Amino acid sequence: MATQSTPVEPGANLRVEVDRARKEADEPSSPFVRFGPDQPFRLDSGKQLDHLQIAYQTYGALNEERSNAIVICHALTGDQHVANEHPLTGKPGWWARMVGPGKPIDTDRYFVICPNVLGGCMGTTGPASTNPETGEINGLGLPLVTIADMVRAQVRLLDHLGIEKALAVVGGSMGGMQVLQWASAHPDRVFSAIPIACSARHSSQNIAFHEVGRQAVMADPDWRGGRYLDEGTRPRKGLAVARMAAHITYMSDKSLHTKFGRELQDREKPTFGFDADFQIESYLRHQGVTFVERFDANSYLYLTRAMDYFDIAAGHGGLLANAFKRETRFCVVSFTSDWLFPTEESRAVVRALITAGASVSFVEIETSGGHDAFLLNEPEMFDTIAGFLSAAASERGVR
Amino acid sequence: MELPANGEAVAVRADLKLVGSLVPTGSRVLDIGCGDGSLLEFLQTTKNVDGRGIELSQKGVNECVARGLSVIQGDADSDLVLYPDDAFDYVILTQTLQATYRPREVLEHMLRIGTRAVVSFPNFAHWRIRLKLGLGGRMPVTRELPYSWYDTPNIHFFTIRDFVDLCDELNFTVEKALALNRHGRPIPFRGPWWVWNLFGAQAVFVLHR
Repeated sequence: MATQSTPVEPGANLRVEVDRARKEADEPSSPFVRFGPDQPFRLDSGKQLDHLQIAYQTYGALNEERSNAIVICHALTGDQHVANEHPLTGKPGWWARMVGPGKPIDTDRYFVICPNVLGGCMGTTGPASTNPETGEINGLGLPLVTIADMVRAQVRLLDHLGIEKALAVVGGSMGGMQVLQWASAHPDRVFSAIPIACSARHSSQNIAFHEVGRQAVMADPDWRGGRYLDEGTRPRKGLAVARMAAHITYMSDKSLHTKFGRELQDREKPTFGFDADFQIESYLRHQGVTFVERFDANSYLYLTRAMDYFDIAAGHGGLLANAFKRETRFCVVSFTSDWLFPTEESRAVVRALITAGASVSFVEIETSGGHDAFLLNEPEMFDTIAGFLSAAASERGVR
Repeated sequence: MELPANGEAVAVRADLKLVGSLVPTGSRVLDIGCGDGSLLEFLQTTKNVDGRGIELSQKGVNECVARGLSVIQGDADSDLVLYPDDAFDYVILTQTLQATYRPREVLEHMLRIGTRAVVSFPNFAHWRIRLKLGLGGRMPVTRELPYSWYDTPNIHFFTIRDFVDLCDELNFTVEKALALNRHGRPIPFRGPWWVWNLFGAQAVFVLHR
């Protein structure tokens, strides 16, 4: 699972960074599967991919009945490395608190699969991948992908793994959108669904934030019209700014105040310049710098766009309730201080599910953690998810 | 909804078990104001029902979900309207009707989304209450209605006879009715309504469309 590669030091040779990004995109350190032109993959845009690669990570063991599989859908800047050391950064997996032996998503009981999303940069086909036919990097030549495309790729992975129906599909933020899409478009493949801190459609405010991020990337001269990898560079500054702006939306006013307040960074008084005087500035700069080491700028463009286009009800006559059937059991989770995907968005999903006659649980977790709370240590979230999953597993006869 | 009583919750909610006994095995059940989920859990384990719950307090909801129950945060007044017709066999409302804003609409919704409704409520015409109000001249505080007038969540007091009148008006059939004494045990004799109205501290009704 984990790899031996050492993390890239900040400021390390750009060439090394580019090479490693390309290698991880084409020959990921996690398991992967390739589909060729005999199985073209059709996209919502009307275009198709003749070559599709899906990288994924698994934990635990599939039982004999093949009934204990849980699919985890990762968020915008996540990847398949849920609970193992990250191959590029060397840091622990992004949901190591949630997934593992004896954890809420207990790998002693469940078989956990996390695919890297379509359009991602950690081994599933994306803009940083090399097109096997031409030998060229996809770049902006890759057609735009949607959340529904991502989920169809995941369905294909389950087919490949011989899993008829997932015991649960779980995810937060963009992962939660995928969960809703799974339940809506493939209800026969989903026994239970846990959409966390998400929405059935991306709000105008969120599209606006994404546009700021994309413009920051594209304004960087090193973006080179999207051909930066060909030219041996990366738009580090632009992507870092995009990450900094986005990161603010993942936290809450209260958590920022508690964590940083107006404290100065390693100094007694302001410098009367534009250095990072405040701790929050220094923190954001750090977030930006570390992000660009592990993430592809074009992937950031593609994935934010996929989220912007997401609107489940649009495909069902504008009525969200029509998007769901009563077969799947749902546990919808939101956080009080999440202003990116406020509780009201989750409540709209819950109302639609009730109208559709689905079995639905809804918990709102009291926290100051903001949108990112789903990644944090939130015992009440762990308890509810563990309880919901365990009940679903018992219902399905999983020991 | 919050339990109407705290310290004496166990005695007051002896009706839970009783309510449970009124629901047939394998039913689809909605428990409105399911509290910590004890009735739902009891029904799921002993009667194998397909149970759902609505609970006002988020804390109660989170506890229920952690116990594996299917529960959402909401209340009887505003959320029943979301449920489709005939979604349940039994819709249960224990000790809560008197705390709703529009009890009549709540009852109508219950029998729209469910074939049958089970309703339990404190009887405001119990002789002790009559004594406290009639002779004492003060708003009664009893085991079933343990709040002072200024902090009670109970805003629509009614009696067994009032409830029967409303059911008539709404054309609901009373399939079964029980009056309970102060200890939550059914009163063993069946007289005319005025007798139960005098001696029943609480009542449990099973209604049919």
